Amino acid sequence: MNAVESKTKFVSTDRRVREDRRFVVGRGRYVADIDLPGMLHVALVAAQHPAARIVSIDASRALALPGVHKVLTGAELVEAVNPLMNGLETPQVRRFPLAVGQVRYAGEWVAAVVADTRALAEDAAERVKVEYEKLGFVIDAEEAYTPQSTPVHPEHGSNVLLDKTFVWGEVERHFAEADQQLSFRVVWGRNSTVPIETFGVVASWDPWQEVLDVWASIQMPKYSDQIARSLRLPGNSIRVHQDVDVGGSYGVKRGIKHSVLVGHLARALGRPVRLIEDRLENMRAGDAHGPERIFDVDVAFNADGIVRSMKMRALDNVGAYAGRAPFQLGKPIGAIVGPYKIESVQYQAISVTTNKTVQEAVRGFGQAPTNYAIETAIDRVAETLGLDRIEIRRRNFIRHDEFPYLIPSGSTYDSGDYHTVVDKVLAHAGYDDLVAERDRLRAEGMLAGIGIAACLEPSGGNSSFEPLLNDKNTTSTWMDSCRIMVDALGTVTATVHTTSSGQGHETLVATVVGEVLQIDPDLIRIVRPDTLSSLPSNSPVGSRMAIMLGGAAFKAAEKVKAKMVAIAAHAMGVPIETANYVDGTVRTADGREMAWEAIVNMAHRQFHALPEGMDPGLASDHIMQVPTGVQLPKDDKVQMYPCHSFEFHLILVAIDPLLGKPEIRRYVIGHDCGTVINPHIVRGMTLGGIAHGLGAALLEEFAYDAEGQLLTQSFMDYLLPSSHEVPDVEIVHHCTPSPLTVLGQKGSGESGYLGSPAAISGAINDAVRPLGIHFTRLPMRISAISDAIAEAGPTMTQEEI
Amino acid sequence: MSVELKVNGRAVTVDVEPRTTLLDCVRDELGLKGTHAGCEHGVCGACTVLLDGQPTRSCLMFAVQADGYEITTIEGVAPQAGELDVIQDAFCEAHGLQCGFCTSGMILAARSLLEREASPTVEDIREAISGNICRCTGYGQIIEAIQLAAERMRGQNAPASPSLSRTEAVR
Ligand code: FES
Ligand code: FES
Repeated sequence: MNAVESKTKFVSTDRRVREDRRFVVGRGRYVADIDLPGMLHVALVAAQHPAARIVSIDASRALALPGVHKVLTGAELVEAVNPLMNGLETPQVRRFPLAVGQVRYAGEWVAAVVADTRALAEDAAERVKVEYEKLGFVIDAEEAYTPQSTPVHPEHGSNVLLDKTFVWGEVERHFAEADQQLSFRVVWGRNSTVPIETFGVVASWDPWQEVLDVWASIQMPKYSDQIARSLRLPGNSIRVHQDVDVGGSYGVKRGIKHSVLVGHLARALGRPVRLIEDRLENMRAGDAHGPERIFDVDVAFNADGIVRSMKMRALDNVGAYAGRAPFQLGKPIGAIVGPYKIESVQYQAISVTTNKTVQEAVRGFGQAPTNYAIETAIDRVAETLGLDRIEIRRRNFIRHDEFPYLIPSGSTYDSGDYHTVVDKVLAHAGYDDLVAERDRLRAEGMLAGIGIAACLEPSGGNSSFEPLLNDKNTTSTWMDSCRIMVDALGTVTATVHTTSSGQGHETLVATVVGEVLQIDPDLIRIVRPDTLSSLPSNSPVGSRMAIMLGGAAFKAAEKVKAKMVAIAAHAMGVPIETANYVDGTVRTADGREMAWEAIVNMAHRQFHALPEGMDPGLASDHIMQVPTGVQLPKDDKVQMYPCHSFEFHLILVAIDPLLGKPEIRRYVIGHDCGTVINPHIVRGMTLGGIAHGLGAALLEEFAYDAEGQLLTQSFMDYLLPSSHEVPDVEIVHHCTPSPLTVLGQKGSGESGYLGSPAAISGAINDAVRPLGIHFTRLPMRISAISDAIAEAGPTMTQEEI
Repeated sequence: MSVELKVNGRAVTVDVEPRTTLLDCVRDELGLKGTHAGCEHGVCGACTVLLDGQPTRSCLMFAVQADGYEITTIEGVAPQAGELDVIQDAFCEAHGLQCGFCTSGMILAARSLLEREASPTVEDIREAISGNICRCTGYGQIIEAIQLAAERMRGQNAPASPSLSRTEAVR
């Protein structure tokens, strides 16, 4: 417990999460629950080929069905809308909601069918006849990177969207000086967050008000701006309703193409229109796949295990269109050395297009794959030197007394105590016993291994990777806001200006406002105004809401409190400095007091009694700037995120050599995200993140065949972890407050996920090390593990059994 | 065609196409939106309802096939408006959810388990919810919620109390 925590009344206490109440009775309000009178439904016609010219589209048989209102093609749509936004300056990589002239991946939407019901729209979609002329295609990232590969966008001239090499520090000198070097390649397979709720959107156009109302399962910064730009409407013609519950997102719910399509249709048809993806549409063409990345890493290190320098080449396959995905190579720059004191880094970030489904933001925004590469590097150095994997991490960790710590790529880490977290985890787990247990399993003929991962969760950022990777981009803020209103009866209402997808933002705001005003958080109402009535928000991305929304709520509440103190001090005739706010009452030094109700009443009704120059009423706004976000990049360096949470995973895995199925026998994680505002929420994020990382490590992959067809298109082949696969997880909590935030909090929305794939990979590699095997690719599916074991050591395994 | 269904203790008649799934019928014809569509191919369990107390995937059966069963949806669980039942309350207490999308199915699966097994082991609980995918929680707090509900149901009448200790830091 730190000083901040021990003083708090509600923050860090075991209070219930207020949102839960509506969900446990089935009264969440998801987008698919919205039924508007006269609403029409959309189904999509999907491309059969990874690349083909659209020769013709014949919709006559679809339109002949009664109840079918429209078959929209890309050729018609392109006349009415602007291309969707790209993050990089790649104007020739044009993306529209429907394929225009050419399809660029199998499953891409070629036409949208609108009908009275979804079932009818699906029937009609089957009757749309599309004639194609097949074109050359490319699936593999390495191939796409070569100049002779077939460009997915011929107008762009190549498949390369980004190829930038950063050198931070004296890389060559450190490599020359170091005792040893090693090189390896690891591959992060294509997976995603795949929420149980697919993406959906409903739009309705009012031609008399010229307003497009939108309800969507969305988690996206600047969503309404993007719709407005694309539909060529003024920004204040788009009203996004933010009181829609989102059934999971973890980054990917950014259905901008769906929204522009539906918005256009609602306007064109003069009826409300809805599109709810079915699972196939979601997996094949929801444009929500995650990073797919090849890492080539060289590390230079000394005989004592100190890592001097690292060269990393990251080649990412973003699929058929650019969007925001290439930026996922940028965020990891803010923690490119992980928790280690690596003095210099060379980083080559390459983003290529291929004829695969489009990539979208995934939990961690590229950090989890990068952590997997960094942690593999540390394990390999330990293996090469014959050093203990924990000891080598300790030797390289930034020490508690070295914070704030500037890393070579320009970010200063705010705070941390990595050695202590590791000590606590080892003590909790009984590390020696864990090693003994591994060795006992091995003696029994099992393959067993211990996995370790130490990594950071950068949180609360201002999107500095945008200007870093695109010098035309001048973003240096990524604000969030809160408004607090105290009504004339004295009850408090506060606002959240975004949708949420399970992060508990209502609980966050109520807890923080309650803390500052010293009133029961349960008595505070939280509302979500639509975007036309909202203050700016950048949505819950980048583990930012505890810091940014929590910070905004804190500051707005402080303003309310300050006004109440000023009113009461004036009324009681004492200087403000001598008035004391206690539990909603203002007290004077000589023992008089003015109660909450009286102050509120004065603010709302008695202007004559207010201090001179004070506005009436009792409300406040706060628009919060990112704590460290003030500068644009300079010399290829930038302060990326302000806060840095830390996690340390320690796990034991056993594999029956005949089955090849890894079984996690023990999972302990040490977690330090500064001051925890709600322990239930942080714990849930961490446990859920670990489960998600387990899927990425062992099960989940969007696999393609050589013909460019997606093979894993349903939950039968794309396997999500169930309660059988996810182990019991023990969390060891530690708190190193951030000096940069109002309560010492840091982010935790991506916790667990950032390190669990690395830890699981480390454990499996430890288990198969005696067989001379290295797994270098995620996911490590059972079949791959059992094949490798069978190939490596049939005699050995048989002997031992 | 016209089908008579018994849903949450009430008899209702709906007019649906033969191909309408029970899921679509419950949501669109009966307006019970607490039952969710996650995959519509029988894997995720978001669409779980109880048929004569048995957890059933409403996306995999036609409404017409449900004739003659007692159907329970999440809307039929709370004893009355504003009052949670023991399992629902335990899910709130243990924060056995995040986005809430899998929650209706989880609670119904839990209810079915606890009706036949008053003292389930962790393995029993894992088995009972293994057909319900939760992408948010990693299941830990769901399992705790069900354990807590079981404990409370065994000691019925004991008032729901926040003092039932669950240590946060280490467990
Ligand atoms: S929606 Fe029925 S099992 Fe997924
Ligand atoms: S609570 Fe979100 S899927 Fe379970």
